[in-house]
Amino acid sequence: MEITLKIKRFIAKKGKESFYQEYRLEADPNDRLLDALVFVQTHLDGSLGFRKSCAHGVCGSDAMIVNGTERLACKTLIKDLVGAAASAESRTITVEPLQNLPVMKDLIVDQTRFFENFRAVKPFFISDTLPAKGERTQSIEERAKYDDATKCILCAACYSSCPVIRGKNPDFIGPAAIVNAARFIFDGRDTGFKDRLPALDDPNGVWPCENHFNCTKVCPREIKVTKNINMSKKAITDFKENGSTL
Amino acid sequence: MKYVYDAIIVGAGGAGLYAALEASAGAKTAVLSKLHPLRSHTGAAQGGIGAALGNLEEDKPEWHAFDTIKGGDYLADQNAVKILVEGAVEAVYHLENMGLPFSRTADGKIDQRRFGGHTRNFGEAPVMRACYAADRTGHMILQTLYQQCIKNGVHFFDEYIVMEVLIENGKCNGLVVLELATGELHTFQAKAVLFATGGFGRMYKTTSNAYANTGDGPALLARAGVPLMDMEFFQFHPTGIYGMGILITEAVRGEGGILLNRNGERFMEEYAPTLVDLAPRDMVSRAILTEIRKGNGIRGDKKIDDFVYLDASRIGREAIGKKIPDIAGFCATYLGIDIAEKPIPVQPTAHYAMGGIPTDTQGRVLRDASGAVYEGLYAAGECACVSVHGANRLGTNSLVDLIVFGKRSGREMAGFVKDAGFGPMPVSAEDGAREKLGRLADGKKGRPAWELGESMRETMMEKVGVNRTEEGMREALSILRTLREEFGEVRIAEKQGEFNTELSGVLELENLLDLACLTAASAERRTESRGAHMREDFPERNDGEWLYHSLIWLDGGKYRMDRKSVDISIFKPKPRTY
Repeated sequence: MEITLKIKRFIAKKGKESFYQEYRLEADPNDRLLDALVFVQTHLDGSLGFRKSCAHGVCGSDAMIVNGTERLACKTLIKDLVGAAASAESRTITVEPLQNLPVMKDLIVDQTRFFENFRAVKPFFISDTLPAKGERTQSIEERAKYDDATKCILCAACYSSCPVIRGKNPDFIGPAAIVNAARFIFDGRDTGFKDRLPALDDPNGVWPCENHFNCTKVCPREIKVTKNINMSKKAITDFKENGSTL
Repeated sequence: MKYVYDAIIVGAGGAGLYAALEASAGAKTAVLSKLHPLRSHTGAAQGGIGAALGNLEEDKPEWHAFDTIKGGDYLADQNAVKILVEGAVEAVYHLENMGLPFSRTADGKIDQRRFGGHTRNFGEAPVMRACYAADRTGHMILQTLYQQCIKNGVHFFDEYIVMEVLIENGKCNGLVVLELATGELHTFQAKAVLFATGGFGRMYKTTSNAYANTGDGPALLARAGVPLMDMEFFQFHPTGIYGMGILITEAVRGEGGILLNRNGERFMEEYAPTLVDLAPRDMVSRAILTEIRKGNGIRGDKKIDDFVYLDASRIGREAIGKKIPDIAGFCATYLGIDIAEKPIPVQPTAHYAMGGIPTDTQGRVLRDASGAVYEGLYAAGECACVSVHGANRLGTNSLVDLIVFGKRSGREMAGFVKDAGFGPMPVSAEDGAREKLGRLADGKKGRPAWELGESMRETMMEKVGVNRTEEGMREALSILRTLREEFGEVRIAEKQGEFNTELSGVLELENLLDLACLTAASAERRTESRGAHMREDFPERNDGEWLYHSLIWLDGGKYRMDRKSVDISIFKPKPRTY
């Protein structure tokens, strides 16, 4: 079927306004949106810029805003976006770059701040002990406690969707950073809660979250993002009240 | 700009990151990656990392070695395999100690599962050797290693593309690099450079590989006069999603999934009586194509792109949710099916390069068949060929390879740079790259790159795929040579430097074309069948004439070849049946 991609174009260095460019192409309903973007770039307009790699939703390269919602282009099928109706409008897909991050070119955003926030929570294993030999043991139940948070691919869809970052506090470290801290907070083997506390228990740390749930809705890995943020808030509160560090 | 480092690592997947951890401990190190490190293809690996921990069943590194060597159809260097399997146990423990969230057994140890070709007691029966984290083992490894790099302050240059490697008088002196964000060229001077750029499945039409897997390391080195090894051995994973190439991990079969033809028959019983669906990948892919040829594919039309069914329903919904949740997700997203109820349509898919940049067991790149090495030049991971995988790789052995040899080469680099000096950098180092960029953007009417790419991918899939013939390979080489020449006519429309992904795509195409030519040329030369290289005109393995690695040089299009001996010191080559 014929579809139209309406893509937001922009080059930071040129200093001009952004604009929308339309491309018409044939697409199979089972094609990924990414397939359509690749077709545009290779056959119609080499100047279109976007990131891609794995093409099946595990690397996080191609997060973008599709018909107003954050999605991974490679996990979004054309048939999920266009209606069966004949109207050109129902077959038009609007594609825009993620929000809350500076746009460098077209659908490519500058991820520097996003990754700085990630680094700020010390997202690495901290433990003051090593097992005598072999692996540390961890029960199946213990392992399940933080499983959700291990799925994050740092695609920035959640960060883009957050209305707090957009409207109130652009310095809020954002959902992904907190999820990646939670991954360690709730991992029984990790003992670094206090090391991460300064970044989390901060006016720009976990506290700005207002439970809008946008992040949870858009996470392509279906992580319960807001829940992880709330669990982290509780862990901090518990610690401050009675010193327990899980 | 000009940058100077003691050690530079190109590629930030599992091998590159582990090498960086080792190298940066002792030397001023930088990692260059054309992607953000977390986008590397290691993150797509699903099934597990193989190590003889023996947490559930008795297991020994010796058995792991035998399986690997036999799995490689006796082309693996056995001394290197010994290092691999012994290093595997230590590597897995180390990963866990770094926080990797492995799935666990009932008594809290690292859980292990069955996997293709892995057996107890030298082939007696499948053994649980694959240490796993749901079906996201690669994701966990990539994340854990990147986290550790952050912890250790490793220096990254994200979205920098290497265009040229500077080698003079057998010594590597540095790199010419394109910064994707700005389109500017930079030179990086170094005492030692390691390539860990991954695989090159994008030579083929149907592949599990990411768009980024374009063999940049091997191609650049080949153009700089370095030989590549065993290029004819490219693995086709038997179970990629029909028409899409998305990988369905072998772990599905490890957990009990079975392959069925259009008659509902579990056909692997005929081809591999002992291991059945857990036979090594090259054998399963061939079996699938044989069934398709007989008319037993699901469509039944005998065409090469027909498919079979992978039935995961007998695993049970609960176990699917625990052990292979991402697979269930892929099938729901892309096929709209619930794998607890419906079978998955699958077909052989270009997956893994056993061949690549030849190295010794310290990661040093070889100059020729004698074992002489370049100074300050290293390779590790899928782009390297040690060789531990021989003619066919067993599942879970790639993740081990990355860790063990990533670590070894990183350590070797750190030791080397202590006493090494910098080599000379040519005054006009960037000229070659600048000229190429200028030509590509000169505005002349050109060939569309996508046409060449499409032709290459189809030619490779049909003629240098699972089943090969003399005629097919000769035709392929002829077509590919022409395409390589025609690349000179390719031009890009986008002249802006900033994030010019049209340009990066074209540079990648050039690399793929060179590697495709080398693959076809090597394949045509080897007149036997071994592991993943299967020829209808020479269907038997011929140790007498062909128990050698093949080396190939680009040599201005002459594709000069040589043979290198294989270390077979531990297990004597035997017929490969399962």
